[in-house]
Parts: sequence; C-alpha cells; structure tokens
Amino acid sequence: MNPGRELIEMVRMAGNAVKTHVLRSSLTILGVFVGVFSIIAVMTGIRVLQANLEDAMNGLGANTFQFQRFPAISFDDADWEKYLRRRRFRVEDLDRLEQRVTLAQAVSASADFGSGEASSKYARTNPNIPGIGMTPEAFTTQNLTLGEGRGFSAADDDSGRLVCALGFDLAAKLFPQGSPLGESVKFQGISYKVVGVLAQRGALFGQSRDNFIAVPLGTARRLYGENLSVRLQVQAPNRDTYGDMVEQARGVMRAMRRVPPGDDDDFEIVSNESAVGQFRSLTSAIRLGVAAISSIALIAAGIGIMNIMLVSVTERTREIGIRRAIGARKRSVMLQFIAEAVLLSEVGGALGVVGGILFGNLLSFVVKAPPVIPWDWVGIGLAICSAVGILFGTYPAWKAAHLDPIDSLRYE
Amino acid sequence: MSLIRIQNLARRYVMGTETVHALRGVSVNIERGEYLAIMGPSGSGKSTLMNLLGCLDTPSDGSYELNGKDVARMSDNELADIRNREIGFVFQSFNLLARADALHNVELPLIYAGVPPKERRERARQALVNVGLGERMHHRPNELSGGQRQRVAIARALVNTPSIILADEPTGNLDSKTGVEILSLFEELSRRGNTIIVVTHEEEVAIHARRVIRIRDGLIAADEINLHPRAVVASAPTP
Ligand SMILES: Nc1ncnc2c1ncn2[C@@H]1O[C@H](COP(=O)(O)OP(=O)(O)OP(=O)(O)O)[C@@H](O)[C@H]1O
Ligand SMILES: [Mg+2]
Repeated sequence: MNPGRELIEMVRMAGNAVKTHVLRSSLTILGVFVGVFSIIAVMTGIRVLQANLEDAMNGLGANTFQFQRFPAISFDDADWEKYLRRRRFRVEDLDRLEQRVTLAQAVSASADFGSGEASSKYARTNPNIPGIGMTPEAFTTQNLTLGEGRGFSAADDDSGRLVCALGFDLAAKLFPQGSPLGESVKFQGISYKVVGVLAQRGALFGQSRDNFIAVPLGTARRLYGENLSVRLQVQAPNRDTYGDMVEQARGVMRAMRRVPPGDDDDFEIVSNESAVGQFRSLTSAIRLGVAAISSIALIAAGIGIMNIMLVSVTERTREIGIRRAIGARKRSVMLQFIAEAVLLSEVGGALGVVGGILFGNLLSFVVKAPPVIPWDWVGIGLAICSAVGILFGTYPAWKAAHLDPIDSLRYE
Repeated sequence: MSLIRIQNLARRYVMGTETVHALRGVSVNIERGEYLAIMGPSGSGKSTLMNLLGCLDTPSDGSYELNGKDVARMSDNELADIRNREIGFVFQSFNLLARADALHNVELPLIYAGVPPKERRERARQALVNVGLGERMHHRPNELSGGQRQRVAIARALVNTPSIILADEPTGNLDSKTGVEILSLFEELSRRGNTIIVVTHEEEVAIHARRVIRIRDGLIAADEINLHPRAVVASAPTP
C-alpha cells in the first residue's frame, strides 16, 4: 500500500476509534486543551496589548525622547518608592537643556496641573479631565497634531494668556455642534479661550487619549505656582543625530542633577520605541512562565494519552489480532495507533487554539483594539500537539504492533 | 511442485508445567486446485493445523513450504501480505470486528491491500450479496444471527480473491439450505482453480471434497481420495 494512502486509511480508522469512546476521549483531550488554551490565550492577549501599544505609542514625536521620573511601564511596586524620591524636573531645567544640548532641534516641557471639570455653555464633563501645561514646542515633540485652529505662540506662553487647546473627545463633548474655536471653556473655575482642537489619537489600553485640556505652560505656572513638576522633551533633527543627542542630553542632565560618575541615572529616558521595548521585555517573563506551565500541562496530558492508549491496546487486543490475521502489517497497526494518539492530541489542541484565541481576544474588546490571531503560535501549538501524540503514542502503538496474532485472536 | 508441503509439523502449547501436544508431526502435500476436507474429533488439532497453514502461527517443529518457499524464513511483512492476498481464512469463531458493520468487516482486507475506497466498497458489497447478505450490509455482528455472521466471515475471506481458501467449520452454524449455498460457492471457486481446505465435522460436507484427511490426536489417521465427490445440487435428493 502506498504510504500516503495508508496514512489516510489509518487516520480514518483512528477517527472511528476516537468517536466510539467519546467520554473517555474528551477527558483525555482535556489536558491537551488546557495546555494549548493557556499558551494561545496568553499569547493572543499579549499580542492584542502589544499591537495596541505599538499603535498608540506615538505619545512623542519623531526622534524625540522625554525625561521623566517614572519609567513608561512598571509593574513592580517595590521600585515605586525609589522613583518617588527622585528630584522633580523644573521649568528652569528647560532653559539649561536648550543652551547645552546643542544637537537638539527642539526642547519642550509639559506639566500636569491637576484634573477637574470642564464646561462650556453647552455641556459639562465629569471632574476627571486632566489639565496639561505645554510650551509651544511641546505640540511637535509630543506628536500632537492640530485638527483645527492653532497651537500656542511664544507670546501666549510668556505672558501666560488664558487660551487653551482641547483634545478631540473633549471638544466634541463640550461643543456638540459647531466649531469650538473662539468659544470659551471653563476649567477649574477659570475661563479660557479655545484656540485649537487636536486631531484624534485614539485609545490606549481602553482609555481615551483625547480627553484633556492643554494651556500654555506659562499660564499654568502663573495660576498654579512656579514649582510645577514638568516632563522635558528633547527632539533631534533626524534619526542619525538622535543617538548622539540622547547621550549628550543624558550627560547634561546628569551634570545638572549632580549624579556622581559611575552611579545610575536618577531619571528615565523614554521614547516611543523604548516604551514598546520595555513592554516586550516585561511580557517575555509572562511568556516564559506560561510556556513552562503549558509544558507541564502538555507532559501530563501526554502521559494521560499514553495511559489511555495502553488501555485501548489491551481492550482491543482481539481487534488487533483480527487485523493482523487478515493481512495488516505491523507498520499499519502501529500507524493506526499513533494516528489515534495524534488525533486525540490534535483535537484537544485545535479546541485549545480556538478557545484560546476567543478568550485572548476578550481583551481586545476591553481595550477596544482590533482582535488578533497569533498564527505563529497556532502553528507552534498544533505542532507541539502532534509531537506530544507521537511521543506518547509510539510506545502503546509499538506494543499493539508486536502482539502475537494468534494469541490476540484468542484474547477474551 | 506442491502448493503446500508440510513435513513433521508439530505444535505444542506449554501451559505451566503441562505441555499440550496439539499436533504431533503431520506431513502432507497439497496440490494447487485441490478441494480438501479435514475431519476429526473435537480437540484433535484441526484448527491448530489451519492456523499453521494460514501463516498465522509458527510450528514448534517441522517445516512448511508454501509455493516452494519456506514459511519460517519469511519476513513478517511477507507473511502479512500472504495472509492478505493469497489466503482467505474463515475462522471457526468468525473473528469479526464487533464495532464495525458487515460492510466494513468485509472491506477490511481490501484496505490493507491498498484498494481505493470506491472500488473496495463495491467489491465488499458484491461479496456480501454473493453470500446472501445484500440486505444486512450495515448491521453489526451483534445484530446478526450466528449463520449470518458466518456468512460475513466467508464474504471477508473471499473478497480479496485469494487463491487458497481455509475454512474452519464454515457451515457449522448454517441451516442446510444456506450450508448448501456456501458449499456450492466453494465448488464454484474450486472449479475456477482455487485451492480449498475445509475443516468439518459433517460427512455431508466432506462428501463434496475430492480428498479427505482425518486427524486424531494430532496425527493424520487417514488420507483418502474421494473418487466420486458429490456435486452440490441444491435440490438433489440424497440417495
Ligand atoms: N492456545 C492454546 N493453549 C493451550 N492449548 C491449546 C491452545 N490452542 C489449542 N490448544 C489445545 O490443542 C488441542 C487442539 O486444539 P484445536 O483447536 O486445534 O482442536 P480442533 O480440532 O480445532 O477442535 P474443534 O473441532 O473443537 O474445533 C486441544 O486439546 C486444545 O485444548
Ligand atoms: Mg477447531
């Protein structure tokens, strides 16, 4: 018999055998299901977040980084104290950066000055709208594109004018119809004139990034005090100078903050890429953990398959004898039983893949990101299932193939 | 050259301290196209001999040449292929797959022969019709009577058109009418040149064979040529 045909026949027989023991097969399959499900669910979830993050990590302009006290992403509470003790950045730092980081094309600063309620004559919001002070350059360095109107001028900033730019969602909420330009918005009890509306940025991890009000940093300082803690952005003119500029700026910042040589930086340098990279390295730990758990689950499942196959071989001794008596070669019998083990494992694996993708994509609803199918992990998962089936099915199959035909026929 | 040449064939079963001598040294030549009956009391070693002839079992002693080839030297695959293509075995205890229907049982040898699905379905169907089970294709063995099971077993033995048919009590469970039908089927096959070896208790059956070997206690007691084998005529009155 040609090998391809033989394989098809044996798989068909295996299918029938699996069908005749639905309950037992399902229980055996469960282990594989759990193993594959956990891998695929977690990988899908991570992919969803990663795609969302990569998409949304445009909080800074091209070739720009930001000095900040806290890292972009941290899940470790223990370090939080350390970050909190770090000295804040001040607006004065901006001037010194401007003078000393000669490779920079632009430097800017932004500061949060607290959340509050925003209102127009048409509508009011919940008191959770963040207020952000920004120097004029911060629009470019933070990748904020204007949809309508203008940004802030140097004069706005210097004289602390009461003007503002609205995030896309906030503008839509406060001015349901008509342009907000020239209208006035009240925020934390102060009236600002709207000079610009920003283009839509979308959500990150399910949170809108278009619900904020921006005012000139000078204005924020005038109203909320000179001691506002700021974030500082530094932009290079092009990709080539970016690396050198980062080093130059790092040196300047260390000198400004009097970091002794040899000590670690007491600040974070964050760019779009570094945030994504940080997310990756964080998730790689999760990945590793899940891989370990799944491996254990799959080995346990494999042992389960082996066990059930051994039982099956014993139960079907007579069947094996009959097949051998009417001309099945050892190889055919062996193939039939390996096919059965692989099939069991694959069915569990396929269900695990489907379940894992569905479950993992629940996250895509939560964070409002498009669903993903991690094809590479689907492939890896199913390949592992086949390997498990073959690995743990071979011994029972070998046993089946080497039964003596005449003894098997007599087996009751 | 004889089709089957066995010399001093012996088969012992060791059971703990006890040894059962099922066959004690049987020598016989069987020519191609012979129609042979093996008779003997229960426990005399008939089935044991059939298993050896069918390349299922290996002798404890003696030699077996099939078609001039020493069976003891054949590889496992060769033996499997001979069982599949050359020999049609009707087992005393049928040996049908309990979970498969009649059609699938009959198809089985064709699967291992590598016959494509459509053709083997057709051939299995025809083989079942030939034994009068056209209406019972999709019944499982436990949904069939003893006689019907026996006929499924016969259909399975014949479906791959083997040249040698080994039938261990093929009419044991059949009423005389179906028994006669099966015998005429064998007669037809014999006329076409197939070699047929039938184990039976019944003189009625043996009477149709051209040669009768009688076994007693694992030895050949008689080897007779039947000069006037009775043709099977379904309605013929017995003289
Ligand atoms: N697997 C075995 N283990 C031990 N003894 C066996 C085995 N198979 C057969 N025997 C013994 O060998 C002897 C011959 O058995 P065999 O089945 O060949 O008889 P038989 O002539 O076919 O009988 P029957 O007409 O009842 O079918 C018997 O005594 C039986 O008990
Ligand atoms: Mg017998």
